[in-house]
Formats: sequence, structure tokens, C-alpha cells
Amino acid sequence: MDLSLVALTPFLGAGFVAAISRRGRLHAAWGAGAVTLTALFILSPYIKDAFSGQVLVQSISWIPMLGMDLAFRLDGLALLFVLLILCIGLLIILYARYYLSDRDDMGRFYAYLLMFMGSMLGIATSENIIQLLIFWEMTSLSSFLLISYWQTRHESRSGARMALAVTGGGGLALLGGFLLLGKIVGSYNLTDILDSGDLIRSHDLYLPMLILVLLGAFTKSAQFPFHFWLPNAMAAPTPVSAYLHSATMVKAGVFLLARLFPALSGTSAWFWLVCFTGLVTLLVAAYIAMFKHDLKGLLAYSTISHLGLITLLFGIGTPMAALAGVFHIINHAIFKASLFMAAGIIHHETGTRDMRILRGLWQYMPHTALLAMVAAASMAGVPLFNGFLSKEMFFAETLFVINLPWGWLLPTAATLAGIFAVAYSLRFIHNVFFDGTPVDLPKQPHEPPRWMKVPVEILVALCLLVGVFPAITVEPILAVAASSVLQGPVPDHDLAIWHGFNTAFFMSMAALGGGILLYLIRKPLFVLQERVESLLDFRALYEFLLEKLFYLANTVTCILNTHSLQRMVFIFMVFILALGISGVLATDYDYGLTGERNLLSIDGVSLLIATVLVIAAIATVVMHRQRLISLVLLGAVGLGVSLIFVKFSAPDLALTQLSVEVVTIVLMLLALYFLPQQSPDESGKWLRSRDAVIATAAGGGVALLVWAVLTRPYDSIADYFLENSLPGGGGTNVVNVILVDFRGYDTLGEITVLALAGLGIYAMLEHLKIAGASHDSEGRAWDEDLHPIIMASFTRLLLPLAILVSMYILLRGHNLPGGGFIAGLITAVALVMQYLANGVIWTQERLPINMQKVIGYGLLIATVTGLASWFFGYPFLTSTFDHIHWPVIGEFELASAMAFDLGVYLVVVGATLLILVYLGLVHHQSHQMKHRKRIR
Amino acid sequence: MELLIAIIIGVLTACGVYLSLRGRTFPVVLGLTFLSYAVNLFLLIMGRLTVGAPPIISDTAANYADPLPQALVLTAIVISFGMTAFVIILSLKAFLEMGNDQVDGKHKP
Repeated sequence: MDLSLVALTPFLGAGFVAAISRRGRLHAAWGAGAVTLTALFILSPYIKDAFSGQVLVQSISWIPMLGMDLAFRLDGLALLFVLLILCIGLLIILYARYYLSDRDDMGRFYAYLLMFMGSMLGIATSENIIQLLIFWEMTSLSSFLLISYWQTRHESRSGARMALAVTGGGGLALLGGFLLLGKIVGSYNLTDILDSGDLIRSHDLYLPMLILVLLGAFTKSAQFPFHFWLPNAMAAPTPVSAYLHSATMVKAGVFLLARLFPALSGTSAWFWLVCFTGLVTLLVAAYIAMFKHDLKGLLAYSTISHLGLITLLFGIGTPMAALAGVFHIINHAIFKASLFMAAGIIHHETGTRDMRILRGLWQYMPHTALLAMVAAASMAGVPLFNGFLSKEMFFAETLFVINLPWGWLLPTAATLAGIFAVAYSLRFIHNVFFDGTPVDLPKQPHEPPRWMKVPVEILVALCLLVGVFPAITVEPILAVAASSVLQGPVPDHDLAIWHGFNTAFFMSMAALGGGILLYLIRKPLFVLQERVESLLDFRALYEFLLEKLFYLANTVTCILNTHSLQRMVFIFMVFILALGISGVLATDYDYGLTGERNLLSIDGVSLLIATVLVIAAIATVVMHRQRLISLVLLGAVGLGVSLIFVKFSAPDLALTQLSVEVVTIVLMLLALYFLPQQSPDESGKWLRSRDAVIATAAGGGVALLVWAVLTRPYDSIADYFLENSLPGGGGTNVVNVILVDFRGYDTLGEITVLALAGLGIYAMLEHLKIAGASHDSEGRAWDEDLHPIIMASFTRLLLPLAILVSMYILLRGHNLPGGGFIAGLITAVALVMQYLANGVIWTQERLPINMQKVIGYGLLIATVTGLASWFFGYPFLTSTFDHIHWPVIGEFELASAMAFDLGVYLVVVGATLLILVYLGLVHHQSHQMKHRKRIR
Repeated sequence: MELLIAIIIGVLTACGVYLSLRGRTFPVVLGLTFLSYAVNLFLLIMGRLTVGAPPIISDTAANYADPLPQALVLTAIVISFGMTAFVIILSLKAFLEMGNDQVDGKHKP
């Protein structure tokens, strides 16, 4: 088994879950659970090694030119996160199955959740930091989908967008930071980066790199002043909040701090930036949390505050502080996930999350209340619960700076934050479960389904177990995770509840006592807070900036876009002319216009054709307001162009141009029927002369350019194709061999474009109903005889012959002028003749072929032909050929390229007919509509 | 012969530019068709003018025309058909929805 599969399994599982959810509502939940268990199973063989302190690195070559590999790494820290992500993920999957209502699409929810899980696992196990960043951005994207799960709600959409804007923006900064880091170290691999801490810290680019990396980490972990996205992300379904906003997504930022701790920490820049941010976040968020009336809002700010605490610990930078940071990551994940789930249960069973309405729920749901109380006590840092242990370690570590000037500030602020935390935890419990009896609840509260509480029970049991027996429960994983954070031995630590009457203990007690006191006097504080609330509103700032950004974008667009195609094309043409002229003027060398190549002599026929062509072209322009006449003249120009192809040794082009010309003119005639028959004389004399000057200048410039090119000799790479066409491609028609073999990949792209154009037109024409004009532009009624009998009979007779010719052209294309494009066009022309002569309905009844399918099969055949060469170990679209001897017919060549050409043929036939037939159907309906009108 | 080709391509370009500067959709589509003729011919003549020597391998041929521009132009012709078709249907749809065939998509006053 492979380590990469741990991260990739959830991605594969996402598609699987989405697929099976169609078979039944709960299939998705079971599927997601099975996928998570599979990932755990794949991980299981490595757990023992990781616990013993080994670092496992597996890499797959990815872009060797850039020194980039897909590399996965499992060490203590990665293991801790992988276990958190998978185990809490499993509980969330169980919880969400009961949380989501019948109206919610389970498949979509679990597919997004698994995508998120995979991205998160990718972050935890990436060895290559660029790869880490890709997963990092994928968590932003998948969390966007999860937060906006209830797409119809405005706050879901705006919350999701805000989360994406802030964390995605941080991701960009992080990309910059990682690129600098890679430049400093000369490698993007974590192993090398963690080994070169001294090099990194002494490098000139250290500070900009550090700031960029920290911006990434702080936005993700909702640190001040980027914290505002997290409360707004509470519009997500509660299982999402419990997963993303307690245990995983927001932990990615502190994970990054822990991951790069050995490489980046230990400088004063690190200390000040990280400590200060952490401290401000810790204090401000804990303060705001006290005043939130929304249950989830309170938990969101509490989460921000705890993330600040962890950040602060990594900022302090001592080994012991880093250990405490890791410990608090574990504890916070456990108690906060259970609290979010408890809040979800309360919301689910009462219909509200507003703490001004909720009260006295103890008598309705004592079981849930008990669970919430334990988790809240852990959040507050009450002894015997896990939160107490890491919080006390935190208090002890803040004393580390006590000897610095103003050093007392840190422990004081920490105690103050502790007081706030106790106050809001107390409020969460007292306000919701006690404090009178509930009135006017949207729903009559009762206990939730049995299994909805199981995930909460498991986590709450862990709170207690870790809190009471830390040494036998959490110590092994903590030690191995801390040692990989420190990249060295773990400091001596004693995970005991009782450390004697030391300063940290007194700080804990002060926090507990102060918190209770603060809660008792909360009423005047609420009044005070309402007055200053607007001062700390970063959401308004964000929205202000967003509005300005849109305004700026609008302004720039308005400057560049004149909202007039005519004017834009004019500017474009003038600009191109200016470019050409300045290019000529800027040339230093004194080239003559005429080169030294021998010229061909002009013969009479060529002169005649050229004259006719030029006259027809100019006449088209002169007559362009008479649309039908100009169209006929355009057809003449097209025929002239195909004659030029004939003259200059391009038989394939001549055939293609000829058949395209027919199809184009038919199409334009069909469209013209609905359009005005004449263009009004709008542009004044001045405008017309201006355009004429530009057109003449452009034409003159191109003519001079052509003259200059044609009179000069040149070197071509054509010799390669001419030499290798027969031995390598097995065909004598070099143009066709280039199309289906040498440059087959281009051709595949081109038929895809054609297919898309056909489908786009189909989309525009489907269900289109237009009434055509009953008279032509000169007031004459249309001929009632739509399908003249002589033409109909003749085209029917000619059809087999035409199809035979096109088949012949297709088959001989490899060796003589022809091939898929030309044969496809000829077939299309032959069939279009039937439609024209016999009517759309008559023909469709006899040719009931779905053209979209023909296009699809064509693309499929061409692609499969390309893929087939993989099975023989050759690159995509390598061709092969052989000669076989058939009785009667004689020697016959079979080439794999012919299958490819068949694909081309089908796409061309399908796209061309799709376009024309659908426009023809619109015509047919318009005639019917007209007819009906007349009857009325 | 080179002079003739230069004139033809120049005229086709000039016609294309003039028509694509018009204010109604139909002439603009015609203009785009002209421009694709001009560009296709321009691409072809990058392989210079060769008379009577198609790039089909045979024992008797003394020289061949350059096959590479021909292959490029062949697909270009088909793609420009796809584009022309798309644009003409788009203009038809715009005409139906706007009530006029102004290129700037102006609604009925």
C-alpha cells in the first residue's frame, strides 16, 4: 500500500458517494463512513513506525525538470493530524446523518465533506511544500462548497465567499512565501527545509518570506485582524462547523506554524510577529465571545481565541511552549467539536440558536446538557478536564518572559483571557440549560435521536479520560508529535493534574474565580458593549473594501470597453496598422521591398480568374447593403479562392474550400431568410471614407507584405514530412499524413472545437420559434411550391452516388487528395441537398439519426485510436499500418490513422448537419406558423 | 504571378476590414468570411508558389509544394466554417431577442 492513497482515497470516495446517493438517501452516509475507514485501514501499517519516531517519505516523480515530486511524509505531527482528521471525520459523518433533514441532498454534502477531508489529509502528509499549497487551496475551495451548502440562503453564500476571499488571498501570500523559501533552501522538500533552519534564519529574504508564510497561516487560522470570516462561516450546517471550524480547516494554519517551527522560529521577528498576533487574537476574541447571542457565534469567537492561544504558544518558541501548543491542538479539537455538535443538537431540537430565547433546557434534554457541561468545563479550563492541562501549561509558559521589561504584561493578559473564557463558557451552560423556563421556542424541545448523541459522548468521554489520566491516554501521541515539531528530543514534562501551589495554578484559580465574578455582573457589561460594538467590526471594513474593488473593476472595464463593437473593431484595426507601420519604421537594416527569388510568369487564365475574383470581392463590398446579391457575389469569391488552391498545388485545400463554400452559402441563405434583407444606410459619408481609408491601408500593407515574402527564398521544415510520410506514416498524401499522424493531436483539438461550435449552435436553436416574413423585401409572396419535383427526384437519384464518392474520398485520403475532412463535407453536402430538395421533415423521417451522437462517436473514435497506442507502449496517437491482400480488390493498405480519419469524418458530418438541419427545422416551423396565421 | 496573389490577398483583406467595420451583423459576418479567405491564402503562400507539384509522394515527381501550410490551412478552413456558422446563428438569435441587427446589441428604443 501507498501513503499517497491515504490522502487520495477520500477524493475517489467523493465521486463514489455522490454516485451511490442516487440509490437511497442514507447510502451516502454509509459510503462516506466506509471511505473514511478505508483510509484508516490504508494508514494502519504505518502507524507503528510513525509512533516509534521514524519519518516515512514516499515520492513519485512528477515534474522532474522543476525538481518537483509528489512526495508524502508521515511523521509524528502528520500522524497526529491524520488521526484527528479521520477519527473526528468519522464522528461527524455519523452526526451529520441525523442532522441533515429530508430536504438536504446527502450525496452532495458527503461528497464535499470527503473532498475536504482528502485536502486536509494532503496538507498533513505533504513532503513537498508546493504540493502542500495545492492541498491548502483545495481546502479553501471545498470549504467554500461546504459553507455555501444551503445555497439558497444569502448568508451562506456571502459567508462562503468571504471565507474563500480571505483564506484564498492568504493562500496566494503563502505561495509567495513558499517560493521564497524554496529559493533560499534550494529545495521544496520539507526534509531539506527542516534541516536548514540556520541558513533560512540568516538569509536576507528571511523577513519577507516569514511575513508571507505567516499571512497564509494567520488567514487560515482566523487570527486577528483576519478573524472576521470565521463567525460569518457559521452559516454552514453545524456538522461542517464542528469539523472545519474546530478540528481541521482552521487548524491548518497552526499546523503550518508547527510544521515549519524548526526552520522559521527562534528569531525576534518570529517572536514578536507570532506572539503579538496570537495575544491580540486571544484577548479580543475571548472578549467578543462573551457578548455573542448566537450559540455558534459564541463558539466561533471562542475558537478564534483558542487558536490565538495556540499561535501565542508557538510564538513564545520554547520547546515546552511548542509541546503545550500541540497539546492544546488536540484538546481544543476534542472539546470544541463536541460543543459544536451539542449546539447543533440544541438548534435541531429547539429551532433556534439565540441565547436570548433559549433557557431552562435542562428539564427537556438533561443528557445533552450534561455532555455540553463537561465539554464547556474543558473549554473553560476547569481541573479534571483536558482543557485544564494544556491551559495550565500555557499559563506556565507565559511566565517565561516575565524578566523582560513589560514582561508581566503577558501572564496578566493570559489570565484576563482565561477570565473571559470562563465567563463565556459559564454563559453557554447557565443561559441555555438553566436560568428559568423557556418561552416561545419555535419547537417543543426534547432529546435528539440516540445515535446523534454518540459522537458527542465519545468526544466528551475523551475530555474526561485525557483530563484525568493524561499520562496513559494522550502522552504517546503527544510525545511523538512534539518531537517531530521540534525535530529533536522532547523536553521533560509531567502531564499531571497536580503540580503543587505554583504560579500557574494561581493563575488558573484567578481565571476561574474572575470568570464567575464577571458572569455575575454581566448585565451592565452587555449595555456597555452595545455602545462600542461597532468599533470592532471588521466585516464592515471587508465589505467596504470589496465594494471599492468592484467599483475599481467596473471603472477599468468602462474605460477599456466602449460598449460598441464598431468602435472596438475600429480601435483594434488602427492599433494593428500602427503596430505594422512602427515595425517597418523601427527596422534598422535597409531591406529592399523586392527579394531576389525568381518569379513565376502570369498566364492568361490566371489573370482572368484573378480579375473576376477582385471584381467580385469589390462588388460584394459595394453591394453589401443588398444582402442577397452580396451573398451570391461572396460565393463567387469563395470559388475563386478554391481555384487558387487548385493552381498552386493544393488539391486537398481546393476540395475542402469548395465543399465548405457550398455549406456556408446554404447556411447563410437560411439565416438571411429571417434577417432583414437590406442593411440601412446608417453610417454617414465621413464614417464610410474613414473606414475605406483604414481598409485600403490594411489591404495595401498586407499586399506589400505578401509581395515581400513571396519574392524571397526560404527554408522549410517540410523536407522532414516529405521524407517520413511514406516510411513513417504509411501514406503518400503528405497533407493528410500530417493531419492524422504527425500533428494528429492538433487535429483532435480542431475537431473538438468544431464539435463544440456545432453543439453551441444546437443550444441556441433548440426550441427556437420564429415567424418568417410572408413576403420578400420587394413585396413578392414566396413560392408555394417549396420542393420542386424535378430537383427532388434528381437529388434522390444522386444520393447513393454522392455517398459512394465521399466514401472513396475518405478511404483514399491517406494516399491521394481526400480524407476525413473533405469526405465529411461531401457527405454533408449530399445530405443537405436532400433536405433542401425534399424538405426537412421528409428527410428526417427517412434519416432518423441523432447528430449529437454522431459527433460524440466521432470524438470517441478519434480519442480511442489515440489511446490505443498506449496499450502498445507508444505515445498518444502513434500510428501503425500494414498492407493486406484482398481477393479481387488487390493490395489494400490498413492504417490506424484511418480510424482516426473516420472519427474526423463523423465529427465533420455530425457538426455540419446538426447546424443546417436545426436551422432548417426552424424554417419549417416558421412556414407552419405562417400558414396557421393565414388560415385564421 | 506573385503580383497577382499579392493584389488578391490585399483586396480580400481590404474588403474584410471594411465590412467588419459596419454597424449591422450580416455585413460583419461577410467581412469575417473575407478575412478568413485572406488569412488562409496568406498562410498557404508562406510555402511560396509552386505550380503542378502537389505534395503527394511519387517516384516521378521532381519537387513538391510545401505540405505544412496546406495542412494548417485545411483545418483552418473547416474551423472558420464552424466560426462563421456560430457567428451567423448568434446574430440571428440577437436579432430575434433585440428586435434589430445592430452589432452593439442595442435594444429596441
